[in-house]
Amino acid sequence: MAAPRLFRPASRLLSSRLTTLPLRPAFAQSALRARGYATEGGVKEVTVRDALNEALAEELESNEKTFILGEEVAQYNGAYKVTRGLLDRFGPKRVIDTPITEAGFTGLAVGAALAGLHPICEFMTWNFAMQSIDQIINSGAKTHYMSGGIQPCNITFRGPNGFAAGVAAQHSQDYSAWYGSIPGLKVVSPWSSEDAKGLLKAAIRDPNPVVVLENELMYGQAFPMSEAAQKSDFVLPIGKAKIERPGKDLTIVSLSRCVGQSLNAAAELKQKYGVEAEVINLRSIKPLDVETIIASLKKTGRLMAVESGYPMFGVASEILALSMEYGFDYLTAPAVRVTGAEVPTPYALGLENMSFPQEDTIVSQAAKLLRV
Amino acid sequence: MSSRALLLRSWRATRSSPRAVTPLLTGSARRWGSSISQRPGSDRVLFPGAVNSKFTTEMSFLKGSDLPAIPTYRVIDSDGELVDKSRGPPDVSDEEVLTWYKNMLTVSIMDVVMFEAQRQGRLSFYMVSAGEEGIAVGSAAALTPDDVVFAQYREAAVFQQRGFTLKNFMGQLFANCNDTGKGRNMPVHYGQNYPRMHTISSPLATQIPQAAGAAYALKMQDLQDPNRERRIVACYFGEGAASEGDFHAALNIAATRSCPVVFICRNNGFAISTPTLEQYRGDGIASRGVGYGIDTIRVDGNDVFAVNEAMKEARRRALSDGGRPVLIEAMSYRVSHHSTSDDSFAYRARVEVEDWKRRDNPIIRLRKWLENKGLWNEDLEQETRDSMRKAVLKEFSEAEREKKPPLREAFTDVYEELTEEAKAQMKELKRILETYPDEYDLRPYKDGAKGLD
Repeated sequence: MAAPRLFRPASRLLSSRLTTLPLRPAFAQSALRARGYATEGGVKEVTVRDALNEALAEELESNEKTFILGEEVAQYNGAYKVTRGLLDRFGPKRVIDTPITEAGFTGLAVGAALAGLHPICEFMTWNFAMQSIDQIINSGAKTHYMSGGIQPCNITFRGPNGFAAGVAAQHSQDYSAWYGSIPGLKVVSPWSSEDAKGLLKAAIRDPNPVVVLENELMYGQAFPMSEAAQKSDFVLPIGKAKIERPGKDLTIVSLSRCVGQSLNAAAELKQKYGVEAEVINLRSIKPLDVETIIASLKKTGRLMAVESGYPMFGVASEILALSMEYGFDYLTAPAVRVTGAEVPTPYALGLENMSFPQEDTIVSQAAKLLRV
Repeated sequence: MSSRALLLRSWRATRSSPRAVTPLLTGSARRWGSSISQRPGSDRVLFPGAVNSKFTTEMSFLKGSDLPAIPTYRVIDSDGELVDKSRGPPDVSDEEVLTWYKNMLTVSIMDVVMFEAQRQGRLSFYMVSAGEEGIAVGSAAALTPDDVVFAQYREAAVFQQRGFTLKNFMGQLFANCNDTGKGRNMPVHYGQNYPRMHTISSPLATQIPQAAGAAYALKMQDLQDPNRERRIVACYFGEGAASEGDFHAALNIAATRSCPVVFICRNNGFAISTPTLEQYRGDGIASRGVGYGIDTIRVDGNDVFAVNEAMKEARRRALSDGGRPVLIEAMSYRVSHHSTSDDSFAYRARVEVEDWKRRDNPIIRLRKWLENKGLWNEDLEQETRDSMRKAVLKEFSEAEREKKPPLREAFTDVYEELTEEAKAQMKELKRILETYPDEYDLRPYKDGAKGLD
């Protein structure tokens, strides 16, 4: 995990120059294998929604300890149709509609996990999980530790996170930093369909409580999915970032929907200024893949973090702090953050657009940073 | 828990002197005077938690389903006829009833137009209240303008009844300069300063404990100023929201603190797709009220007179004995989809909905009453509907073209006072706008460039 200084992967990276010890060899190799972006043949366009659905179906199929519960997940196929068809396939004992009691059904799910099942708890949006955040953090995340390791809590919390279109302050919050700050939780945030499937499956299989922060605006978006990723044994490692676009002039670290924006911005930077930006898709917020970020930063010398959370105490703030701690000597310019604005999300379209990073925000900030 | 116990202990230690508690703040003065002890040979238990419970040797578990269901109060039937002919007609003037009818009709016409407008992509979201206008209008009509309302999101007719105009509705829906919320809130999250209706909050049930708190504040203010009209809080929510912990917390705190609040539960049968059968067990929401020691009534929500009479009596009770909460459970059927994000025919039969729509809803029932009394007819109906529709469409198109709020509102109200950063940003924006006037079209914003001053 990223928190305690001694265990930071980056510190091992630095020390690895002095020792001959290989760097987490098993993990790195399996990670590479699992990530396999296989052949062109057999690639299929899949929406993020369907990828999530597939992940859920496969895990429900292969592990009878799993079940999914939440508001509207069964009869209605989910408020955003992520659980479509699961009730018909797995029946009402595995796919369970709940009353509107977030504290109640989250508590029930945590209790079931403490008793040995592997619940998947859906929130209609993460905004509503605030009603039950005590169950997630004070019980879900901490009981394993507090019980001296005798009570496992193999639970997956999932649902859409961040802002959507025109749903204003109480429905538009990004919780990456909130959950990312809690010891005991793992937090992932998929962008593409492969991310969605691989990370959700990893979350369900992981013996710890895992928070899966999806994005409503991405559900309908289709991505190519490799043959390997279409198989039911496809899992992505939690804690490993992915370089979506290699580059040598600037490192852009991003997560969730902002990855797509960063990629478009990188293309524009190339076209306008001929600079090559490297775009890193974090995939996992906790643990954070510090090695990948620092290795990239060493190569490019410039760092920008892009996220849709609030500016202060956010994921981007953490990345900048880490870059200072582990990559200070390699930075040729101060690292920058591009984040959401310091305001409760407004409804009006013009204001909403100004509240979050847009592609031109990323391009103009990058140009400033690169002095082009 | 243990830390809470510690806190409690230290709190108790600090209030060693009973004088520290002003009698004004406690429901029953001299709490320490009511000490209880079990008398030897008594036939009933006198523990602090149950002070008048008889001992019994018969072991029996109470089963709610063995008890008769709580009855539903109604004044007129679905044909618009008085059910109990022996009582007099409802104590409301014809003129007022016609206003109620028109308010219900206005909201239902606006709902159809705006639902369609959302489907065309002209606003992001909308919620209709078809089938529940009677609860809103009947209850709001029993309030005084000084009473305070906490609503959920299906109470447009409460706003209509309390003077919200079509211009207000449309201003909010299109986030223009007539929006008191300054374009910041989701559509249908209306709010008004006077008569006071707190801005709608999206997360379910948060308004219920807040209503208890607001009622407590009103009670305190009214105690300090004995000459002013007594006020209550009316709090609306659906039966789905009553599953949230906030509902239960609210009823308990309102009962123990004797808050003058009337809780109005619209039990419309569905929480999005979840039918009441999966939402709760037991005899509806009304049975919860009884459990919390709150005066409770169940009414026919399609009967605007029943709702109105129940609300008047509830208001009277809420203000008696220094204040207490009351619960009204108003039964109805949600004829509409939950919101524009929902297609309810995925989980209920179209024919069932059509049945309710045709057979019994608050508007049709009141229309029958009016026609029976000779106050209404088909011609008037057509004429009124036409003119209302025209008025709605007129305000709609005006609202779409209306100017947006002034530029400064993009910065204000995050805090009471503008932060230094926001001030600096406004100054910078002003400089840019003045330096490059041709680059920015400020005509759509109220007061143009001056809107930053």
